[in-house]
Amino acid sequence: MRNLLIFITKYNAFFLFLIFEISSLLIYVKYNSFQKATFINSTNQVTGNLYAKVNEFKGYLSLKDVNDRLAKENAQLRNQLRSSKYVDTVAKHSITDTIYKQQYTYIEAQVISNSINKRNNYLTISRGSHDGLVKGMGVINGQGVVGKVMFVGEHMAVVQSLLHKDTRFSAMLANSKEIGYLQWSEDLNPRKGLLGEVSNNAQPKIGEMVVTSDLSLFPAGIPLGKVSKLTTKGGGFFLNMEVALAVDFSKLEYVYVVVNKFALEQTKLEAQEIKPDE
Amino acid sequence: MSRIILINLIRFVMLVLLQVFLLKNITLYNLSTPYLYILFIVLLPFETPNLVLFVLSFILGLTIDAFYDTPGLHAAACTLLAFVRVLFISITVQKDGFDNEPEPTLSIMGFRWFFTYALILTLFHHFFLFNLEVFKFTEIGYTLSRFLLSSVFTVFLMLLSGLLFFKKKERK
Repeated sequence: MRNLLIFITKYNAFFLFLIFEISSLLIYVKYNSFQKATFINSTNQVTGNLYAKVNEFKGYLSLKDVNDRLAKENAQLRNQLRSSKYVDTVAKHSITDTIYKQQYTYIEAQVISNSINKRNNYLTISRGSHDGLVKGMGVINGQGVVGKVMFVGEHMAVVQSLLHKDTRFSAMLANSKEIGYLQWSEDLNPRKGLLGEVSNNAQPKIGEMVVTSDLSLFPAGIPLGKVSKLTTKGGGFFLNMEVALAVDFSKLEYVYVVVNKFALEQTKLEAQEIKPDE
Repeated sequence: MSRIILINLIRFVMLVLLQVFLLKNITLYNLSTPYLYILFIVLLPFETPNLVLFVLSFILGLTIDAFYDTPGLHAAACTLLAFVRVLFISITVQKDGFDNEPEPTLSIMGFRWFFTYALILTLFHHFFLFNLEVFKFTEIGYTLSRFLLSSVFTVFLMLLSGLLFFKKKERK
């Protein structure tokens, strides 16, 4: 027993190393595989507030850019208004339309922290469960798809960016409606994505838009990027291509969280489907 | 003693803020990202007890993790760094020289020793960090080049800060 104690004190550095290394690896693995809520992320009091403070200062530097982009988006939305369209039928009805039910609503949020230079990138945004956010919601901005909500704090949330090794969104080619999935390219270029598993029948062209499909958690047709190169390594039975991403991740300031009103119903249904019969 | 604690506390806060608000946004060609915050562990005094050293490294790692949203990743790399530090110092520095040389800084230990020390510690830390983060064998070539170029960047910044806070040797 005494010898054991001597042994341990003599090599205490090694045993301390083992203890701390194992505990940190446990934290790492747990957080990654089970995605449990923990306090060690940027939604907690200290880190979140610090990020928000610094972001307040930084916000002034990009005011002009943000204004330009908002003006552009406003103009685009104004174009879609019914009042700006010329109606070329004679018979006009005023109908309170009950065919359309609102499926998606949007919550606007400010990006208070962002990164683009790691293998797995996250954003922190200024809305949380208090504002109705739930884990798994999609996040977009005026340019296109940004990511999906991963952790929700009371007043802040962490978003798993499209620039993350585990992020995969169902996508389709805008013209041919061929479905594949989009993920970030492996060489960590924040402007490049990979569109994979597109069926061989598709005939994509360079410059063709890639948009979200009906299967994704976004409304269909939100831009993801443009096809920039038709051949990449790998693929096998499917077509793979490179995509120039629509969103400029280095300049994110404001984003919209997509609230799908039917999401709960859908997940409930799908959960039933998977259950085995007994 | 209280002076040493105060200096290290300030160093801790400054390095974390620098890392999180400035260096987090810096990348060269999508390849090279500096992680200068490990300078805190590198510069802890020689006489730091092992327990304190490991606890501090763990806390530093977790603090960075909180800002980077990667719980455990930096903590694991920092713990490895602390262990390598203990080994390196026990091999290269004589025990009785500690009274005159309280801290392993550039100005006290000289360029050659500090460079080797910083380089080896950074290499271990970055290798572990990048591989644990990616954890995919198919991307190994890219991860390795990121690891090497980032190490160069970090060591460069360490030497730069060493020269910036260079003090002429005090004779006692």
